[in-house]
Amino acid sequence: MDITTIIHSLQAKFPGIVVGASADQLIITKEVVKPVFEFLKNGPAAFTSLHSITAVDRKDTVEVVYHVHSFAHRVMLTVKVILGNDQLEVPSLTLLWGAADWLEREVFDLFGVRFEGHPDLRRILNPDSWTAHPLRKDFQMDGIVPRPVK
Amino acid sequence: MAVNEKILGSELIDKVPGGGFVLAKTEDLFNWAKSSSLWPLTFGLACCAIEMMVTGGPHYDIDRFGSGVFRASPRQCDVMIISGTICVKMQDSIKRLYDQMPEPKYVIAMGNCAISGGIFYHDSYSVVKGAEAVGIPVDVFVAGCPPRPENLLHGIIKLQEKINSQKVKTA
Repeated sequence: MDITTIIHSLQAKFPGIVVGASADQLIITKEVVKPVFEFLKNGPAAFTSLHSITAVDRKDTVEVVYHVHSFAHRVMLTVKVILGNDQLEVPSLTLLWGAADWLEREVFDLFGVRFEGHPDLRRILNPDSWTAHPLRKDFQMDGIVPRPVK
Repeated sequence: MAVNEKILGSELIDKVPGGGFVLAKTEDLFNWAKSSSLWPLTFGLACCAIEMMVTGGPHYDIDRFGSGVFRASPRQCDVMIISGTICVKMQDSIKRLYDQMPEPKYVIAMGNCAISGGIFYHDSYSVVKGAEAVGIPVDVFVAGCPPRPENLLHGIIKLQEKINSQKVKTA
């Protein structure tokens, strides 16, 4: 089962899934996050391993990026969910993969994306007293010395 | 009594002709004792701690200077080697460890991060700009990224020189 077969089977089940910049990259909406990942994990593609969750701040949108890996078919898939800046919420994957717990906490800590259904959505790296999210483009804090322009 | 051996502070001891005793200042004795048994805190923050561990190993042998007894409790320590990057979340713990150390206590800031924030000085939200920004007074700065083990040993020798020139406080 190669990556195109997997993506075709996925597109047949969930219409509206777009292939991204490369052939192993999918862009989905946040409404289908849970069924899509459930199909990826428990379906024939058997993406049993969640490698990483991260995010990219595009200023007007925030992309949550998932990497899943199938040991059975030796393929890796990138799945992106694009969120509006005013609606930074996406369903949690903690019930599918235990690994999602801390990964989602890290994305919440650094980008402020809230994962609905997460059992313990606290900051993981930064002090609990902080309210801002440092990897957002509009992040500002006192005491940061800017790099001098050459 | 043999005082001709080349030991630290031996030039301070007055030899008495034909005598079976020596004369020395208690100040020098105390300083000699303090500087020859600087017990560091078992405490590492980043990659500099790896160099500190190597310094403690047999090749560089920090025990030659009496500083090989890394203690796991701040109550038993004389010197705190701040080896690595100080993060915002870590600074309170470091300050507390320093406060728990009994007097007399000394601090070596090892590496550029512990001196000024180092390569994380610019554009960093999570790194404190050195040990003195946390409020810990530093006795010896050891520059490097990370410093070589010889460099840390040089810092310890400098600290010993500093202690040997100190006045003993009396009530």
